[in-house]
Amino acid sequence: MKFRIIPRLDIKGPNLVKGIHFEGLRVLGKPEDFARHYYENGADELFFQDAVASLYDRNSLHDIVKRTSSEIFIPLCVGGGLRSVDDIRAVLRAGADKVAINTEAIKRPELIREASVAFGSSTIVVSIEAIRRANGEWEALVEYGRETTGVNAVEWAKRACELGAGELMITSIDQEGTGKGYDIELTRAIASAVSVPVIAGGGCGSPADAANVITQGRADAVSMASVLHYKTIESLMEKSKSHEYQQEGNIEFLKTGRTFTQLTPCSIRDIQEAMQARNLPCRMKEAYV
Amino acid sequence: MSDIDVAIIDYGLGNLFSIKHACEHVGMSVEITHDARRVLAARGVILPGVGAFGDAMNALRRLDLVVPIRDVADRGTPLLGICLGQQLLFTESEEFGCHKGLDLIPGTVRYFPVQQMAGRMLKVPQVGWNTIELPLSRGAAGWSGSLLEGVSPGADMYFVHSCHVVPENSNAVLSQTTYGDVIFCSGSMLGNITAFQFHPERSGVVGLQIYTNFARQIHSAEAA
Repeated sequence: MKFRIIPRLDIKGPNLVKGIHFEGLRVLGKPEDFARHYYENGADELFFQDAVASLYDRNSLHDIVKRTSSEIFIPLCVGGGLRSVDDIRAVLRAGADKVAINTEAIKRPELIREASVAFGSSTIVVSIEAIRRANGEWEALVEYGRETTGVNAVEWAKRACELGAGELMITSIDQEGTGKGYDIELTRAIASAVSVPVIAGGGCGSPADAANVITQGRADAVSMASVLHYKTIESLMEKSKSHEYQQEGNIEFLKTGRTFTQLTPCSIRDIQEAMQARNLPCRMKEAYV
Repeated sequence: MSDIDVAIIDYGLGNLFSIKHACEHVGMSVEITHDARRVLAARGVILPGVGAFGDAMNALRRLDLVVPIRDVADRGTPLLGICLGQQLLFTESEEFGCHKGLDLIPGTVRYFPVQQMAGRMLKVPQVGWNTIELPLSRGAAGWSGSLLEGVSPGADMYFVHSCHVVPENSNAVLSQTTYGDVIFCSGSMLGNITAFQFHPERSGVVGLQIYTNFARQIHSAEAA
């Protein structure tokens, strides 16, 4: 069994975006280009999150999923704005292999049971966005980290598994986008409390962070965004000199080579090497396509 | 014969669309269907599936697909089971009580036991990439002539499952995989029937090789 590396793509309309603490979203490019790049470079799965789906319509996400799913042959998990078994069915029909649910699952936990009965537990990932509170506990947030719930994240994780979640995706809102490393205590608290696989997310700033959350946080898989996206943009810009990656105003800050976080942009290979150095098995190969 | 290469059986469970994309990627024409006539007319048949064994068998019974699938197997039509689709081909399953399967490959379906590994509990379901190895029973021929032809032992495949099959006859084991201390049958083969616990359609280019081989098997079965 291997520890999985799962690039996370936050999508708004037709664009890949990235923020800090899920706020101040910047446009980075086309999600399809990044998805293909990650598939070709050893991603074990992809995670698509519709950043605004709880708020707006999401037909464009279905189109992106459809196009991506027909040309990449690794698992694709899609989350954002899924409120019913019918919503889930629609995104699976577009080509997703799994779905992630958060907001509606907290509002109506029975959705987890309904969805896992309808599509199998292994199709249902419960996404938990957690923020650390002064009392040392974590609270689950909803609506892409915008709203509080009063729900204890660790208790909610256990309950979600009882209801039929096949995996948990844990995102620390405190760490998200900062590059300061994962919330290891949060990951460990949840991973030790449940029997299903746990994907750690939020805060990856270097290959060492990913290895740390596996060894210390007991994560079964690691997810990351900025740290990979910023490296990927360099290669996409190089590939297509006249392409929009040279033109879009929103990436001016990248061209200057300046960042405002503690990120060390890296490749999937860099993360695999950091994992192997700690004897953490991963799917490292010479070539993937 | 139908003008369709592959019928993917739609009984309401599993991601049929990934399988469809993989088939089309290697040049096969595909129909997703629960119409027994279309299943019987296709040159090859894929039985997919994700979810619970008992629910899946109930769905197949409700759709009157049990006899047609057995007919497909009896006629020598290439039949490929994937994930739960592999398990359904076996005699019975212990998942949530005892359930009868299609009984096309003699054997049972069992849960993974609770296991510790390097100080942490081994997660069930197994979700992720694991290697497939060649069992000794395959002898010198290895995987040649099977759907794994061209795949190297030790290749990584994508798994999602809580149960695994145990064929009665070890000759039906096409590939094996280790999870914790359990060495289980990750691929099985009996005549024109082949089945995998992993998802070849989500296992990168190595997985696509299996679909390419399935297309070849369909065309040589038709020529015969």
